[in-house]
This record gives sequence, structure tokens and C-alpha cells, in this order.
Amino acid sequence: MAVSTILYDDHTTVGLGAELDGDHLWLTPADLQRATGWTLEPEGLCRGDACVRLDAGWQDVQGRVDLAALARHLGQPVVREDTAGAWAFGASVNTRRDQLFALEAPDFTLPDLDGKLHSLADFRGKKVFMFSWGSY
Amino acid sequence: MEFIAVAFDTGGKAAVEARIKSADIAERPPVLARLMGWSPDLWAKQTPPTYLNLIDEAHIVGERYGMVNVPQGVWIDEAGHIVRPAESAGTADMVRHMNRETFEVPDAAVNRGIEIRNTYIEALRDWARNGAASRYILPPAEVRRRMRGPEEADVRAATHVRLGRHLFASGALDRAKHHFDAAVRLCPDKWHYRRQSYMLDPESIGQLNVTPGFWAAVDALGDESFYPPADFSHAQ
Repeated sequence: MAVSTILYDDHTTVGLGAELDGDHLWLTPADLQRATGWTLEPEGLCRGDACVRLDAGWQDVQGRVDLAALARHLGQPVVREDTAGAWAFGASVNTRRDQLFALEAPDFTLPDLDGKLHSLADFRGKKVFMFSWGSY
Repeated sequence: MEFIAVAFDTGGKAAVEARIKSADIAERPPVLARLMGWSPDLWAKQTPPTYLNLIDEAHIVGERYGMVNVPQGVWIDEAGHIVRPAESAGTADMVRHMNRETFEVPDAAVNRGIEIRNTYIEALRDWARNGAASRYILPPAEVRRRMRGPEEADVRAATHVRLGRHLFASGALDRAKHHFDAAVRLCPDKWHYRRQSYMLDPESIGQLNVTPGFWAAVDALGDESFYPPADFSHAQ
């Protein structure tokens, strides 16, 4: 089964050529990097300062990487929608818990009504009163 | 101090623009003055917001800050530290007392709502004036104690919502609803997921939900509060 769309962190990547085979989700290293930022290195899979050793079975004979296996290793929730060929990978509970309990306000980048992007980090140095609302 | 409003609205700009722009403000029903606790002076001064209004179609801020409803507020100091975690931002339980035909609220509930709102605003003003010396900011241990720490269900629900938002934007409304409903089942206490899940149909985007399904969910709360007031006992 083909998977063409991956939601990872705050990014959505379309036009991928990932393949679902059982509980494996195979991506070429190029697609893996494009969709997730993880790169295949001699040490294993790396992103930023973090590297994860490539376990047996995480790579197929074509050199593709099993993103589903990496997500299981990292404790990430994975939700899929086969009718759209789309998979979403969330943050692990430990990641979210560590972020929140560190009391460092988690950053985010969102658009205003004109589509201009703003990040919370832009307001460092000021007190911020942030509040949610909804039209509903 | 910077004010940042974040609309948790999968309908995006179409859902929220009218609420923010001046045309809608001019049409605000006077009953809102009662519900919001605005004096005649404040009512006369109403203008479109001048602070930053952001749109969060996938409710990511809700996940990252442990929010469970809208509106909720978070206080963040100059160093980027949370000094009050997500809590009701001066909102009272009007919805529990509202007449479901006329939307009128009894005087006693209105007065209680005004008291809750004014208490919150006074605390916020105190923090604006006094910063780290404000008695309303909380020590780190108390901030952590009050936080709704994420569990597996929370991160999985947030992932369903992210995918649901993607499907909604792609026009796959039924599948989007399926994922929002999954999030509601995982986190039934997160009202912003539940309320959003009711309001995904194109004809309901941007509308206030007063459907029987919403009222039934409110009734199912029993004695629990829809908007538990912010706890300022630490400041006494």
C-alpha cells in the first residue's frame, strides 16, 4: 500500500513514495529526511544532536528505512488514514511531559488572519498572556 | 505585556475572521455585556482587538500547554517560563445556568460570573504592574502540580486531531470527523476537541454551538464545572 503524505512535528510532506508492508513503513533515506528530518548516517539515524542506532530489520534490501519501527522505538503515537494514504506521527508522551514540566513555554509558530507567521519565541523579553478561544 | 489570542479552529480564517473584525463587533448582542460582565463604560468602548490573533487549526497549542477547553489562559514571563499554567481565564459557568431557548442567564449567575472575571483581570493587572513580585504568579512546584501532565491518550488524541485537520483541509470531511471523534473518545475531558468535532460541517463553521448534542454533553458533566475558576488561593 502506498503512503504519500506524512505529518511529522509541525510539517506535512506530500508526494512521498513510502510503502506500507505489514507493520513496516518503508521510506527512502531521501524521503525520510524530507518528511522527518532524520538522516541515515554511519552512526544510525540522526536528527540534530540525537542519533538512534539502526536496529536489525529497520532497513530493507533496497536501503529503505522503516519509519514505523523508528516511531515505536521513540514511543511516538502513530495514526493513519488509509483512504488518503496519510500517516501522522505525534510527539511521545515523554517528550511532551519533559517540555511541559521544564516550565519553558513550548514554542509554536502559527498564522494570523493575513497568513503571516508568528512564533511565541518572538516575544521573549516580554510578559505574555496567551489565551485560547474558539468560534464554537 | 503582550496579549496573544490563539483560536483553536480547524475551520481556519473562515471560522474566526468575522469574530475578530469590526463588523461582527458592531453586531454584538447586548446580552453579551451581561455575560461578559462589561460595564456600560466598557461596552461603549468596545473595539476590534489590537493584540495578536493567531489561528491554530490543529489545536497544537492546546496539546503543548495541557489545555482542556476554550477559553483558557497561560502566563509566560519575560524569560519564557510558565508562571501560571493553563486555567480558565476569568470565564464562569454561565453555560450551566443559561436558558437554552432565550440564552438568558439568571442575575445570580451573572453576578458570580462578573466576580470571577474581575478577580482574574485584577490578578492579571497585578502581574502586569509587579512582574515577578506579583503575588499571583506561582512557584515552579505549584505550576507543575496544577498542570495537566500529558498521558499516552493525550499525545495519541493530538495526533488524531492533526490528521483530522489535514483531512478536513483536503475536503475529506467524514474521515476528518472520524479522527476528531477518536480524539474525543481518548480525551473526553478535552472540550476543545469535543466542541470542534461538533462543528466541522461547512454550514456550522464559525457558528456558536447550541445543538442538543452540546447541551447533552454539558448535562453529562453532572456536578463538575465547565469552567472551573482560576485558583488564586495561593495569593491569599
